[in-house]
Parts: sequence; C-alpha cells; structure tokens
Amino acid sequence: MTEQLEAGTVTQQVKENGALGAPGGEVGKARRRKEDARLVTGRTQWTDNIQLPGLLHVAFLRSPMAHARITRVDTSPARTRPGVVAVFSGQDFAGEQGSLPCAWPVTPDTVIPDHPPMAVSEVRYVGEAVACVIATDRYKAADALEAIEIDYEPLEPVLDMNEALAEGSPKVHETGNESFTWKFAGGDIEAAFREAPVVIDRTYVQQRLIPSAMEPRAVVAQTDGDSFTLHTSTQIPHVLRVMLALTTGIPEHKLRVIAPDVGGGFGSKLQVTAEEVLCLLITRRLGKPVKWTEARSEGNLTVHHGRDQIQHIRVAADADGRVRGVQVKLLADMGAYLMLVTPGVPILGAFMYNGIYKMDAYDFTCTGVFTTKMPTDAYRGAGRPEATFAIERVMDELAAEIGVDPMEIRRRNWIRHHEFPYTTICGLTYDSGNYEAATDRALALFGYDKLRAEQSDRREREDPVQLGIGISTYTEMCGLAPSRVLGSLSYAAGGWEHADVRVLPTGKVEVVTGTSPHGQGHETAWSQIVADSLGVPFEDVAVLHGDTASSHKGMDTYGSRSLAVGGIAVVHACDKVKEKARQVAAHLMEASPDDVEFSEGRFRVRGTGTSQTIQEIALATFAAHNLPDGFEPRLDASATFDPESFSFPHGTHLCAVEVDTETGATAIRSYVAVDDVGNVVNPLIVEGQVHGGIAQGIAQALFEEAVYDSDGNLLTTTMADYLLPSAADLPSFTTDRTETPATTNPLGVKGVGEAGTIASTPAVVNAIVDALRPHGVHDVRMPCTPERVWRTLRSVEGESA
Amino acid sequence: MARISVEVDGIAYEDEVEPRLLLVHYLRDRLGKTGTPIGCDTTNCGACTVLLDGRSVKSCSVLAVQVDGCDITTIEGVSSDGVWHPVQKAFHEEHALQCGYCTPGMVLASIDLLKDDPDPSEEAVRQGLEGNLCRCTGYCNIVRAVRRAAQEMRVTTP
Repeated sequence: MTEQLEAGTVTQQVKENGALGAPGGEVGKARRRKEDARLVTGRTQWTDNIQLPGLLHVAFLRSPMAHARITRVDTSPARTRPGVVAVFSGQDFAGEQGSLPCAWPVTPDTVIPDHPPMAVSEVRYVGEAVACVIATDRYKAADALEAIEIDYEPLEPVLDMNEALAEGSPKVHETGNESFTWKFAGGDIEAAFREAPVVIDRTYVQQRLIPSAMEPRAVVAQTDGDSFTLHTSTQIPHVLRVMLALTTGIPEHKLRVIAPDVGGGFGSKLQVTAEEVLCLLITRRLGKPVKWTEARSEGNLTVHHGRDQIQHIRVAADADGRVRGVQVKLLADMGAYLMLVTPGVPILGAFMYNGIYKMDAYDFTCTGVFTTKMPTDAYRGAGRPEATFAIERVMDELAAEIGVDPMEIRRRNWIRHHEFPYTTICGLTYDSGNYEAATDRALALFGYDKLRAEQSDRREREDPVQLGIGISTYTEMCGLAPSRVLGSLSYAAGGWEHADVRVLPTGKVEVVTGTSPHGQGHETAWSQIVADSLGVPFEDVAVLHGDTASSHKGMDTYGSRSLAVGGIAVVHACDKVKEKARQVAAHLMEASPDDVEFSEGRFRVRGTGTSQTIQEIALATFAAHNLPDGFEPRLDASATFDPESFSFPHGTHLCAVEVDTETGATAIRSYVAVDDVGNVVNPLIVEGQVHGGIAQGIAQALFEEAVYDSDGNLLTTTMADYLLPSAADLPSFTTDRTETPATTNPLGVKGVGEAGTIASTPAVVNAIVDALRPHGVHDVRMPCTPERVWRTLRSVEGESA
Repeated sequence: MARISVEVDGIAYEDEVEPRLLLVHYLRDRLGKTGTPIGCDTTNCGACTVLLDGRSVKSCSVLAVQVDGCDITTIEGVSSDGVWHPVQKAFHEEHALQCGYCTPGMVLASIDLLKDDPDPSEEAVRQGLEGNLCRCTGYCNIVRAVRRAAQEMRVTTP
C-alpha cells in the first residue's frame, strides 16, 4: 500500500478479507454481486417489460409553449383514430387530479403553487402535459396525439432568476416569482468581515443539469376495481405510496406500489410524477391496465432537472489565510413548480458551505425563484455538490490572493484529526475524520510535487499547453437523516429506515428492507451484513425490496442513506433474532441464557462442548414442540432505526488537467481520489460508487448543461444535444481509501453514493483555473467546454491589452 | 404489412410487421425479448445493441423489415447451454455494471469489438465503446472487464 503508483492507472484496492468481521468474515469482502446474474443475461424486470392482457398504452401531448393560457381544447379528432380507446385533457381530470405534492416547504410562508398533474388552464414550461391518448399500442397512441387541437394564448416566459426578481417582471404565478427566502447564521458575521485583511468575493453559476438515468421512466397501472397496483421506475416506492394515496384519494391500503428493476435514478426518480398520478387516474376511469413509457426526448423535458443556482460567496480571512467567516447569498431556480423536495435541495447545501474548515462566523441566505422551466429537484448530491464547489473554488482563490499553495491554505484551516468530534459553525457535529491522512495518501498517489514542478517548467517555457492542478478536500452530510432534524427543517417526513429479518424453517434467511436499490447492490451488501451477524452462509440470505406488499415500511433510497440508515436497521433486526434464538438454544441445551454464547452461527454453552447451530434452532422453533414457556414460536424480528446524526464521509481528490491555450481544449491527465467512507462492507461496490460519482461530477465540470432558448424552449432534448460522457471522454481514475470509522453507528460506516460527485466538480474546475491563472483567469463558467475556455482566455487578454 | 422471416437467438420466426416497426420494438413487444432495453430515441445510448449477422447494431435504428432473412443475437442468446459468455463473466467479475440497464448493449458491443481486436488497449476499448453510454460506472470497470474477457478468450481460443 505504500508504493508510489503511476498516475492514470487504476488501482485495485480490493481486500479479500474483512475489516470488521473475523478472518473470512463477509463484511469487508469484495463479494461479486448477486444482482448481476439477471442483469448480464437479460432476465430483467424493467417496468416497460411488463405485458398484461388488454394492456393499453398512454401517450402524452405536451406543451410547446413555455408560458401560455390554454384557450381551447378539442380532443374529438383524436378519438376516432384507429386503436384509440380514450382521449383526455386537463379539464377531464380537473375534479380529481389534485396537486402534485411538495413535502418540503422550507419556511412557513413558502409559496407552493397549485401543480395539476395535467395542465388545465395555463402551462408554465415546455413539456408540461396537456392531454393524453390511450390506445391499443404505443405507435397508435403516439399517432393520435397529432390530431388533438389546442389553442394557446402566449404569455411572457420567465427564464433568468435575477430578471425574475426584478420589479415589473412577468409573473410565473400570480403570487409572484419568489417562493421563499431562507436564512441561517452562526457566529458574528459582521465582526468576521470588519477590518478583515483579506476579503474574497465571487459569484459562481451552477448550471442546470439533466440527471439522465439510463432507464427512461415507465409506469404500469392496473386495478381490479377495488385496489390498485402501480409498477413504476422509482427510487421511492414507499414514499410514493403515501403521497399517491394523499393526492388521488385512493386509500393507502388499496394501493400497492412496486419498483421492479430500476435502471438508475441519481435523484431523478425521487419524485411523485404527473405521469404516475395520471396513469392511476386513467386505469381507475377505464378499468383496464395502462402503460406509459417515456421517450428520452420526452424525459429530458420532463424529468426534474438538477442544480441551477447562482452562488454569491464572500470569504473574510486573516493575512495568513485563516478563514474568519463565510457569507453566501444563493439564488435557486425552482422551475415552474415546487415538486417533492424542490425547495429543500439548496437548504441541504446550506450546512456545507463551511466544508471541512474552521471559522468564526457563517451567514447564509437562499431565495427560491420561479421560472418557466422544468422544476428542479434532487440530483446526485442535492445541494452539497453546489456548496462544496463554492467553498473549494473560493479556497483556491484565497490561496492565490495570499500567495500560498492551495493545499497549504486548506491545511491552515481544516479540522485536525485530533479535534474530532468537532461541532462546526453550522452546528453539525462531525463525528470522525482524518483529513491529513487522506490528503497525504492522495498527494503520494498523485505525485503532487513532481506535477507542480512540471507546471512551473511549462509556465516558464510558455508552453501553449499548460498544466493545472485542482484540489478538492471535501466532506458532505449524508445518511439522511435524523427525523428530529428533518422536522426542524420543516420536512414532512422522518428519516428512519426499517428492516425485517425472517428466519425460515431450514435456516435460510429473508431480509426485507425499506431501502429501494436501483444499482447500488443492496442484495449483496445486506447479505454480507446478515451472514456475519447470524453466522449463516452468504448464499443463504435473500433480500426483498421495492414492493410495498412485501416491504410494507420504508423511506427508500437517496441521500447516501441506504447503508448508514437501512443497513443499521438490518443489524438491529439481526440482533433481535439472535436474542430470541439464544432463548431457544438455552432451553434446548438446558442452560441459562446467560451461559450461552454465540459466534459463527453456533450457540455454545460456556465451558462445555454442547452447542446448537442457528439452523437447528430455526427448525426447532418452526416445529415449536419444545420451546420455553410462553415463547412465541418465531425468530423473526423487525427494527426501525432512526439515526442520531448524519454521516460525514470525506476525502481528497486531485486532478491534473492539460489546457491548450490556443484551442481551449482540456484533457484530464490524471485523477486521484482518496475517500474515507468509514468502514466498508463491500470494497468492490464502494469503488464502483466512487467511479460513477467522479464521472458525473466531471461531466458537470466539462460537458453537461440543460440549455433553454430565449422563448423557453429546451434545446438539449436529446442525448445528441445533451453531452453525457462516453468511455472515450473520461480517463481512468486512481482510487484509494482511508478508513476512519463513523462513531454514530455500530458498523462504523458512512455514505458513499454521492461523495464522488460532490468532490470531483471543483477538483476539475480548480485545475483548469489553476492552469490559466498566470494568464489572469480567475474563473471559467461550467461546463468548461473548449469554447468557454477559449473565450475566457480571449476576454482576459482583451482586458489586459 | 410486410412479411419477415428472422432467426432470433436460435429460434426461427415468421411475422407480419408494419413497415415502420423498429427492430427493438419487434424484439421487445412482439417476441418478448425484453432483455434488450431502450435508453434513448436518437441512437446515442447503445442500450439496445444486438448482433445482426454477427455485427453489432443499435436495434432502435433498424426497421424490423430490414432484418428479413437475418440472424439476430440478443443478450438472451449470448450464453450457451447456461454457460455465460466470457464477456458476461468478466462484467460480473470486474463489477462493470451497477443498475445494469446499459449492460446488454455493452456486452454485445464488446463482443463485436473483440472480434475486430482480440487484444485491445485501454484506449481502444474506450474508443470502441464510444457509442454505448453508461451513467453508473464511470466506465473504469467496463474497460477492465472487456480487457479481462479478451484475455480469457485468447487463452481459450488460441
């Protein structure tokens, strides 16, 4: 582990034995995934795969206008088209469709406009559903859409947040364009800035992104006339069931929601969508099963977008670079409506603008702004990538201002490892971490000093291809979340997670989890946890999830919460199982339960050779012929775990970028990530999460942007226009870990799902700015395309000339 | 309607199809070959890749009528006698999939790539799979998997 590794290669940091369990223990082992068998052979259960007798297909007609009044609708020409069963417009659903829910009004006076699933009288973004056709096949449904006649009276679009807040702006809603202003402060910010020797003042733009899970959304709704079943490509079957019951009036116990195989989410499927509500209403009306499958170009318009914030950040520092205070004024684009957690996303970032640094004061204000665009909502990291970008970018600016290496400025300000647990200026207590260790490891893998030397050399030679080094020493808050904290932030629900562990007569184990994986490998990781806890073979554990009929209770998967919250619920349920089994074992072996110890699947009477396996106890409990008096004949147990704190993974990411000053082209030469996500259940899965996260963060830095024109039309409606990186666009990453166990849960684990994305965007942009700083460049707006880099260089050259 | 005869994963089919029917919809909706998923509508993502007479094609950019008389292999026909193809095995071993939605297309595009270049460099794999998008893995493990499969295939078929 100490050898210098070549940058640009991928290290295989996979332990064959566990960090936590005994030798041979499952936890910590690079188990290959149980999920893979069906996925590599095509025996998958995507929602669109579902075929049912009499299945009808739904197609939606969508608004071509960003903002308009609907003045006339005539669906009758579409009704006579071949294969068409029904045609509906918003007026047809007006009495029953309700309003799509927002579960996070961040202030008491947050304006939550009515959000009909199908527009009735006014449209407020291009793509909003205005009518639908239900036909016998998907082609016929699509054909008939063109026969629907709708007249619009155009209204002014509202596209720019600053203009939206200006006096006299056209209004998205009658109430105006401001949804809320949320404030948060710690310490005396005025004192921090008063006579501060150094003040850095910057504005950064977090461009709008399209999450782009590979599986487009799909919904299949059916009813037997009494109850309803909804298959949907969602991250949140449990939350969805509650919210759909509240929205449609279908009683919760008459509604079953199933998330079958789900092809990625990244937050985009953490939503209660118009299409889910409408498919339920359609099947209720027609009494036939219906399916809707999104086209990608439809999805780019109507899957909620991410980011889209303007960040004004000011930092006050002492002459030696010690940070005194940070002040943030944030504008967050809500889009046209508030969806499930739209207003909460920037607020999740509010607690992260201090990053890993100590400071005397912090002041944060966020205004949520309505525009005539697709609503924004959670996208991988949700608020924390934006915050981390701002603080990590501005730390580089501070370093440049006082003339020290950007790593040195971080060392002078970060929380030292002996200072944990540390309560930050935001009031969060970071339980554990070791920024020094992760950084030292990253610097060694990266060859930092050598690259700095090469950079000086290229600068001296005035090489047209300059080298930049970008640093991101991030932390983030995840493992969402302590219910009381969510309550104090006005979120409508809690943040607990549930697990049931069922021991079958033969000693096989079923685990029912309230988490809802869509690529994260819970079936494998949960099996490892249970195998270690109960001492049963990994292969003997099955994990059930994603169906509210089998998994009745859960808060689902987002916010890097599944292991740190849901995994702990599994641990607690296993503990209860073992305690019950101990009672049975003691009874069968005629010993006191206090004298019975358990290890590796076997109960032993201390000091004797007598023992029983957990499988034997399972069978004896099933037979129930000889159990302790009053013992309920089952070993099954449930646990609902509410975390006491967030989880705070951290790490150091280093990126070397070559920037061609003549063409603006950039190329990542090496990327090193050393993450500390606490103890690790499966290093293979963790490494995969880090890889994917880094790729998505790089994509924000270099490639992706949802672009609207001045009329409010989305220009990036397809994968030809919205640039998702391919294998050819990305380098290999060098990844490694340090392991500082979390102290707030029994596994010592921290979340990993979003860390890579949170860390990598500023690392890349810092590298590009670092390469160009001698040219007078202090920022390049994302995505840093060759054209943007080139124009930035030309504009500063123009200024200096 | 047009009449087509086509062999898919070793089974012969004869069907009447609308001239505009996409091959991928024919496979999924008519034959129940749902192992082949659809990820986009502009032939960018490659999720629907199948082998058409042994060469990889995006089945969303082929009409069903065009495959009359052809032999199609989907992800469901890649294993033989229950034994996974070396590319399938390598994807599993190297953790080259997370949600798995792009995997059928990645596997079939990789099989075709390895036909042309049995010992591809990392760069050759990255360029060769440019037409197949993955949102989960960051591609590192996919590249490893393809090169691992290449090695195994060279050993087993000298």
